[in-house]
Amino acid sequence: MTHNEKQKLEELLTAVEQRVPGAIEGSERPYDDLVILVKRAQCHEVLKFFREQGFDLLSDIAGVDLLGVEHKDRFQLVYILYSIANDLRLRVKVNVPEDDMNVPSVSDIWHSANWAEREAYDMFGFHFEGHPNLSRILCHSEFEGHALRKDYPIMKGQWATTSTDLMSHLEEE
Amino acid sequence: MGVKGTTVTKAETGVVTTRMDEVIKWGRKNSLWPLPFGTACCAIEFMGVVSAEFDISRFGAELVRFSPRQSDMIIVAGTINYKMGPILKRIYDQVCEPKYVVSMGACACSGGFYDNYATIQGINQIIPVDVFIPGCPPRPEAVLDAILKLQQKIDRTPAR
Repeated sequence: MTHNEKQKLEELLTAVEQRVPGAIEGSERPYDDLVILVKRAQCHEVLKFFREQGFDLLSDIAGVDLLGVEHKDRFQLVYILYSIANDLRLRVKVNVPEDDMNVPSVSDIWHSANWAEREAYDMFGFHFEGHPNLSRILCHSEFEGHALRKDYPIMKGQWATTSTDLMSHLEEE
Repeated sequence: MGVKGTTVTKAETGVVTTRMDEVIKWGRKNSLWPLPFGTACCAIEFMGVVSAEFDISRFGAELVRFSPRQSDMIIVAGTINYKMGPILKRIYDQVCEPKYVVSMGACACSGGFYDNYATIQGINQIIPVDVFIPGCPPRPEAVLDAILKLQQKIDRTPAR
């Protein structure tokens, strides 16, 4: 990463702190990447700002279960952003407590968030408020629990009784 | 071509006598129409079996059909997960009698190395299997061997 790119990222961090005051909880720079920890209440506003700043590609939304790890909250969401025009990468992390897993949906900012959020819901149980169709995407709709949670017995399979008709999904989207 | 109980009574007129049962079995075992239920890399290996190099048509099973209503042998080639389970069951139900199932590869037989919440640990938990083929993926010769084993099985059981 060039000096210029590093500087651009630092400028972005300053800009977002001015635009949404008090939203940034902290930042890290592992391997010259910028990782920003954002408060959950303001994460939609912050992510929208980054979209306006040229981060036009939301590569993925990753869920993390920190059960057994010394950490403030059990869950974490990682938004992996990329700016095609400026060739910049940015990660935004949001802490989510176990007893209240509501997170504002960013599917109105990036269309790719639609399926990424469904996956995070399916695997971890995050509840994305404002999502147009928050249903399971990988596991069967009859599946109970969330498979990638650390306390889900990894070998416990669940029989499905019906086949899902995907045509209705296509018509909705 | 090996129809049991056949006797040629009048060679010059071409009249032969045999048992109906044996003729039916002979016809069935030498004209299996496979339905490839391919979900993973074993399906790629199955393409090799069908192609000229190994040539499944030498054993009369080359007419691959993609409709269960036109086939009588399902070759389940690949990982079957719990979400796919009801679909496989439904496809099996749609195949006309008499129907046969070949479970191809480690995943279809036992879940393979996918010992997790998503994968069915052997398709015999949903549908009856006639021949299991081990391997990851099996060699084409192993698939041909399974066809021969299935032919033997058809031959020794009474025609349904």
